[in-house]
Amino acid sequence: MLIIKNLKASVEGKEILKGVNLEIKAGEVHAIMGPNGSGKSTLAAVLAGNQNYEVLAGEVTLDGNNLLEKTPEDRAREGVFLAFQYPVEIPGVSNINFLRTAMNEIRTYRNLPPMESKEFLKLVKEKQKLVEFDAALTNRSLNEGFSGGEKKRNEIFQLAMLDPKLAILDETDSGLDIDALRIVSNGVNKLRTEKNAFIIITHYQRLLDYIVPDFVHVLYNGQIVKTGGKELALELEEKGYDWLKEASKETELV
Amino acid sequence: MNNNNEILERLTTEVYEYGFVTDIEMDIAPNGLNEETVRFISAKKNEPGWLLEWRLKGLRQFQQGEMPNWQNFEMPAIDFQGISYYAAPSKKAKYNSLDEVDPELLATFEKLGIPLNEQKALSGVAVDVVFDSVSVATTFREKLQELGIIFCSFSDAVKEHPDLVKKYLGSVVPYTDNVFASLNAAVVSDGSFAYIPKGVRCPMELSTYFRINAKNTGQFERTLIIADEGSYVSYLEGCTAPMRDENQLHAAVVELIALDNAEIKYSTVQNWYPGDKDGKGGIFNFVTKRGICKGVNSKISWTQVETGSAITWKYPSVILRGDNSTGEFYSVALTKNKQIADTGTKMFHIGKNTRSRIISKGISAGQGNNSYRGLVQVGIGAENARNFTQCDSLLIGDECGAHTFPYIESKNSSAIVEHEATTSKIGEDQIFYLNQRGIATEKAVALIVNGYAKEVLNQLPMEFAVEAQKLLAISLEGSVG
Repeated sequence: MLIIKNLKASVEGKEILKGVNLEIKAGEVHAIMGPNGSGKSTLAAVLAGNQNYEVLAGEVTLDGNNLLEKTPEDRAREGVFLAFQYPVEIPGVSNINFLRTAMNEIRTYRNLPPMESKEFLKLVKEKQKLVEFDAALTNRSLNEGFSGGEKKRNEIFQLAMLDPKLAILDETDSGLDIDALRIVSNGVNKLRTEKNAFIIITHYQRLLDYIVPDFVHVLYNGQIVKTGGKELALELEEKGYDWLKEASKETELV
Repeated sequence: MNNNNEILERLTTEVYEYGFVTDIEMDIAPNGLNEETVRFISAKKNEPGWLLEWRLKGLRQFQQGEMPNWQNFEMPAIDFQGISYYAAPSKKAKYNSLDEVDPELLATFEKLGIPLNEQKALSGVAVDVVFDSVSVATTFREKLQELGIIFCSFSDAVKEHPDLVKKYLGSVVPYTDNVFASLNAAVVSDGSFAYIPKGVRCPMELSTYFRINAKNTGQFERTLIIADEGSYVSYLEGCTAPMRDENQLHAAVVELIALDNAEIKYSTVQNWYPGDKDGKGGIFNFVTKRGICKGVNSKISWTQVETGSAITWKYPSVILRGDNSTGEFYSVALTKNKQIADTGTKMFHIGKNTRSRIISKGISAGQGNNSYRGLVQVGIGAENARNFTQCDSLLIGDECGAHTFPYIESKNSSAIVEHEATTSKIGEDQIFYLNQRGIATEKAVALIVNGYAKEVLNQLPMEFAVEAQKLLAISLEGSVG
């Protein structure tokens, strides 16, 4: 589904991604771990098309389509969803109105008619229940006055509503207490299908207790330095990242 | 980022939708302003002597008057002798029924979205339309008359209800008030008049649509609304003008009178031609609007959505004379390109337990300049007066300006006056967030701006809230990044 080849990108003139290679197939969940500053969030931002990041080299295709030449909104319409690490607040714009606009924009792009109100509201109810999202929050202004946990849960609710091909969760677990973490993880697990894929960016192994990945990648200094199964996350938890840093230095020397 | 800037650029330079000209035979007074002009207008309208006298007083006051100098922009030089003060479609001065109205005129208003045919008209809205200097039609007059509601052009009111006009004209905004009010008194050509009798709740929105069409003219209308004891009325005005390279002057006066337990809700959607992207042309909108809560428990509420005009200079105000009376001011003012808005309100607390609420939302884009200017004055006898002011500014891009000039004068120690202000910028992160959900930048900005202005838009009558939302989005098309 998603193929990333030798992706290099910079922000404010500083190169952060230094040749990332990654292939993700439908139905898979990939975890990306790594120490602070290794480029995890940059990868998410570049995939979503944040214009503050400059792509220096490489290619990214989603089902064969070149993603990098598309605008952020077209990437979203193609089925890329980013659950933000810091979701923004937009005062006065109701969550539901925003979602409806988003959904209809995406449908228009796919040559589908706008969704009928009744059908839309039914879907809202269904997805609210699925991801245990408080109905009262649906009618409030988008993220305005939401707690950190509520904002993250709203990201998962939006994810459920928009049903993307590829969902990227950028440190969705940061700042969540254990109950919220469980709710968010349950939501993601329920949304996993044969047809979609997830990239889970996280610092901690604990999220992966709930969302079990097919692959774990370690991103360090702008490159994926190690790939393994779910047991790699446990190994990282135990040993930290230092041994990988050493390993990476050695590779560089070679 | 470049991409967003391009969109911003495009949004701020979008063409004005209502800029067409109606080609129609007009009766136009020669340019210039003197006693002769005033007598000419008065004679055209067959006015009674007292009104001519009042006009002449206005003229003399205007001739000695000085242009205001306290506003936050340089007052443009206006050549008052270079303007024609009367322009009317020449076929017939007044139409007895819509069938007699020039089809070209009907088509014009149809094009503006104001069908004058009552069958086609928005249900629940009675409309008076003013084309340059005269009112051309008023819908639903008979239906309203059954309830004793008078809704007609100002000229008709002078003929048919001289006592009411004589009693209230100039009672809230005297001809001495300011130089534009003096000018208006001298050359007032038409406008709307409404009287709601005791205990009557007006069943439909009353509305006036103002259209400037002719070249080298100004529009100087006068609106007078009287809500008798225990009555209620909601009134809305809208305005547009053709695109012309020279500036045109609009100097209107609106007076509202609310007696005991009466309520007047007055909404404006102002979309005069704003000039082009370089600031050429556009309407100079110098307007004096004031209401008096004369009776106890009365209420006056102003709501304005200001998106047009090269310069807007207006401060809809409320004199809170009756005990327990309430004044409200809700405003959204949007400036883009080189537009200037200096607008706000004045709340004069005179009666006991009087309350006022001010919500002002400024939006500046392009090189627009937006100032909020407000005065809250609490008199010595205004026991327990309360005011709450919230004044927000939203900036789009980095070449625009937002300013606030709040004045508070309190002479009563029991008064509570609160003022809150915020300034924010549409963040790239907000736009990116919406982009990432499939919403393109232009729509994203419209969504953010409408969210920002929601508190004010919610005050508009239903039919117009939707229109105003669209107007804000259209006005911003090409102005956002």
